[in-house]
Amino acid sequence: MKYVDEFREPEKAEALRREIAKLSNQLAKPLKIMEVCGGHTHSIFKYGIEELLPDTVELIHGPGCPVCVMPKGRLDDAIAISQNSNVIFATFGDAMRVPGSKTSLLQARAQGADIRMVYSPLDSLQIAKDNPDKEVVFFALGFETTAPSTALTILQAAAEKIPNFSMFSNHVLVIPALKALLDNPDLQLDGFVGPGHVSMVIGTDPYQFISQQYHKPIVVSGFEPLDIFQSIWMLLKQLVENRCTVENQYNRLVKPQGNAVALQAINKVFAVRDSFDWRGLGEIPDSGLKIRPEYAQFDAEIKFTIPNQKVADHKACQCGEILKGVLKPWQCKVFGTACTPETPIGSCMVSSEGACAAYYKYGRLSTMAKKMAAQKPKVNLSQEPLPSCSFLG
Amino acid sequence: MCLGIPGQIVEITDIKQKLAIVNVGGVKRQVNIACIVDEQHPPEACIGGWVLVHVGFAMNRINEQEAAETLKLLAEIAAIQ
Ligand code: SF4
Repeated sequence: MKYVDEFREPEKAEALRREIAKLSNQLAKPLKIMEVCGGHTHSIFKYGIEELLPDTVELIHGPGCPVCVMPKGRLDDAIAISQNSNVIFATFGDAMRVPGSKTSLLQARAQGADIRMVYSPLDSLQIAKDNPDKEVVFFALGFETTAPSTALTILQAAAEKIPNFSMFSNHVLVIPALKALLDNPDLQLDGFVGPGHVSMVIGTDPYQFISQQYHKPIVVSGFEPLDIFQSIWMLLKQLVENRCTVENQYNRLVKPQGNAVALQAINKVFAVRDSFDWRGLGEIPDSGLKIRPEYAQFDAEIKFTIPNQKVADHKACQCGEILKGVLKPWQCKVFGTACTPETPIGSCMVSSEGACAAYYKYGRLSTMAKKMAAQKPKVNLSQEPLPSCSFLG
Repeated sequence: MCLGIPGQIVEITDIKQKLAIVNVGGVKRQVNIACIVDEQHPPEACIGGWVLVHVGFAMNRINEQEAAETLKLLAEIAAIQ
């Protein structure tokens, strides 16, 4: 496939690996690099990229998985909406298994709610047209990558005057989350692999504060293995040369100013919320999108009464620490035992972009053992219970 | 969630609703192209172009020349031993 296969060539990956090793030797110190986007986390595990990096380069998995950061209370609200007898609730498949405080959407559907998985928000608009006697609600979630599609769908519903259609908006914004992470003293990062598809919408200019105020390098990256290798190489090069700038590895898709049509659609339909609650990260100012009053008739939060309650996460769950990059999935006590993709306790185990799910599916025992040994130098590994092979997939 | 797949526009099906058929890895899909049409890029001019498809929308055009330059740089790195 064009634009995919060329970016997977093993010889070029090997060459980049070699150059990365040279640079890390020059730096001669441990480095922590965060990949912000869950799509990158998924690729990194799928292709075993972390294992091909020098031991001194540690990848920290960031909060860029919209399903993982959805707080329980918002999920309960979604389920409450879906339980109205005249409602058809449409959602992306990713959200189906996310645990709410009592059930997930999947369980709610088994109990009789009319919940349908769709590929595109436009499909949910079609369902509304096909079912004029029902209220159709779309569960709008995702970062800036997805927000243009839901905004354009609302604009189309408005143009066609579809009365029985609305959205429950849970869109979140990357920049405020990055600011919150950078202000967290627990996390000392050396650089960022920037989210490629968010950036095709917002551009690379909004990241300038990372280099200017926080003096960290960031390289916006594509999602194929060569893209990620090249981005890490570019980051290390900046560190060796003592620079910190915003660089763009993904310039076949991303422009500095982003996509004007997509940004206009977002701004027309959505306004920034004063604050939004993120699972694990808590309230972050200016980090969510709500539907503007002009489009109130398409706003499920106005059309329906929702519980709107904050719900604490499961006691055993350490998703917050995972999403902040402070802990690794295998450090969570229930990882792979009580918490698996089939019976997730936390949201990071649900989406294939969640760090816990990625470790579960692709994690390699050898890497984990190596990392554990590196972190706990005084402990004899043979006496440490290692995650058993059976759940490493 | 932020997953996107490259595809090639093969046909414009509805100029008003900005709908096109995109070939994504051999599968033809109807996709909304509102985000990639503007004055300089009318729908007719989009046929044959490559785009990144996400949740039923063509989100951005893929720039062939930039892709070639990235690959050229990677080939140069691979050539140094
Ligand atoms: S293993 Fe499960 S409970 Fe633990 S942090 Fe990951 S998702 Fe949360």
